[in-house]
Amino acid sequence: MRLTQSAGRRLVAGVPILWLLVLFLIPFIIVFRISFSEVRLAIPPYTPLISWRHGTPSLEAHTSAYAFLFTDPLYVSSYLYSLKVAAVSTLCCLLIGYPMAYAIARASAATRSVLLMLIVLPFWTSFLLRVYAWIGLLKNNGVINNTLLYLGVIHHPLALLQTDFAVYIGIVYSYLPFMILPLYANLEKHDPALLEAAADLGARPLRAFLAITLPQSFAGIVAGSLLVFIPAVGEYVIPTLLGRTDQLMIGRVLSDEFFENRDWPVASAVAILILLLLVVPIMLFQRTQRRELEASR
Amino acid sequence: MKSRGLFARTALVLGLVFLYVPIVSMIIFSFNNSRLVTVWDAAHSPTLKWYVALIRNEQILTAAWLSIRIALIAASCAVVLGTLAGMALARFGAFRGRLLLAGMTTAPIVMPEVITGLSLLLLFVALQQLIGWPRGVGAVTIALAHITFCMAYVTVVVQSRLTGFDESLEEAAMDLGARPLVVFLRVTLPLILPAIASGWLLAFTLSWDDLVITQFVAGPGSSTLPMVIFSKVRFGVTPDVNALATILVLIVASGIAISTVWMRYRQKRRERDLQLAAAANL
Repeated sequence: MRLTQSAGRRLVAGVPILWLLVLFLIPFIIVFRISFSEVRLAIPPYTPLISWRHGTPSLEAHTSAYAFLFTDPLYVSSYLYSLKVAAVSTLCCLLIGYPMAYAIARASAATRSVLLMLIVLPFWTSFLLRVYAWIGLLKNNGVINNTLLYLGVIHHPLALLQTDFAVYIGIVYSYLPFMILPLYANLEKHDPALLEAAADLGARPLRAFLAITLPQSFAGIVAGSLLVFIPAVGEYVIPTLLGRTDQLMIGRVLSDEFFENRDWPVASAVAILILLLLVVPIMLFQRTQRRELEASR
Repeated sequence: MKSRGLFARTALVLGLVFLYVPIVSMIIFSFNNSRLVTVWDAAHSPTLKWYVALIRNEQILTAAWLSIRIALIAASCAVVLGTLAGMALARFGAFRGRLLLAGMTTAPIVMPEVITGLSLLLLFVALQQLIGWPRGVGAVTIALAHITFCMAYVTVVVQSRLTGFDESLEEAAMDLGARPLVVFLRVTLPLILPAIASGWLLAFTLSWDDLVITQFVAGPGSSTLPMVIFSKVRFGVTPDVNALATILVLIVASGIAISTVWMRYRQKRRERDLQLAAAANL
């Protein structure tokens, strides 16, 4: 009995662990390994890491892919640009999402479920199509320009598409629910009695908010910000459809190196450098996730 | 107090407008006669011609059918693996590999898709070199990739549902001599069934919608619907995509409406049953 139980347990935990080891962890090791190879015209198009000479293995690690990335200003600038775009978009999401989450958390139970449904519903429709919709709104003869021209606010169409602004709009629009939901989950648990007590003691609403609500919601802010920031750094679809053509984001660079230049080592090196940057945020996210799940116990 | 409530409520309304304006504009312009998409041709609109063009588009229909099949397989496998992982994380306490499993199920959720896609393709290439399988990339490799990132989401959903329940029901069943498998089937599974259902729907949507990872692990002749749409819209706006978007929004909205009504109905019926039971006990 005891034996079958532990065997069953091993099976329950073992199957997903094995799956993720093979399809999640080992792939990263392969990427890491290929980033230290050189391109060659063969299948697969990179040099082996260990070569056999006269029966003895010798390690042949090249750092040329990394050296290439650091010497070409194109890569450095797209790396920094991606960081800037992700940071600004995360901040915008927070500034827009916080009051929205706050209003939902303060609404009555019946309205709350309707509002949450309205926040989540766009998420269930295609991400790609929602980004595409912004092309129709932002382009030169698009809805926004046509409306402004019709109203006489402007006399020449504004260049909105293929700008930083369009990328910010696209990211904020697509990732806003990921900011609102963790914030809402946090704000909903706050005890309104604390705010009432503060008001009774003569604190103005703004002061009470800054002293009580804001610090208490810190965990929600962190979780929401990480859920936006980490994927936004490597975003590919939004900058490709809405963004500038003279300044690429790092995710697009990775994809182009792989598909257009067929340079697997450089593409792998780009992936490793993005991961190095994101390793701390990802671990932070895992910690908040774990705390959240343990707190709900 | 009042002013802050007003500020937050205004932000909420504006935010919702921001979320829905693009969707509404797509729906409106799907009935537009003009090819110029965003210039309303009042004389000949509304028209259904883009919907007709859509259902005659062989390429889109083939891609949609492939996407549906992959999403069905990916969601179903992801639900099994994700439920196992969620069970292990929520119920097994400390075990060897727990931290590893926890890390590997939360990381895919935030991992930039280009990295996941690249690493999976390189894995498939390496596997092919090593053991000769999978033979080339295509529907099989797409499904394997989708199962992997979908199961992370299912795990989180199932795990948080399980942590919401204490273990006393399962312990009671064990004390009464039920074997672990019976406990799972008769006690745990019914408790987490709503989480499994929403996990399946989430996985289906994510798989159906994925572009970036799919592009890496797809081969010639295995274009999914997002891939076809992306190659169309990359070179400008096309009106039949508006029609497609409208149909998808309609399906999702009616699905959510039906499930909401159904859940309300079940809730009401349960309350009534409880009242009847209480009345019978008197």
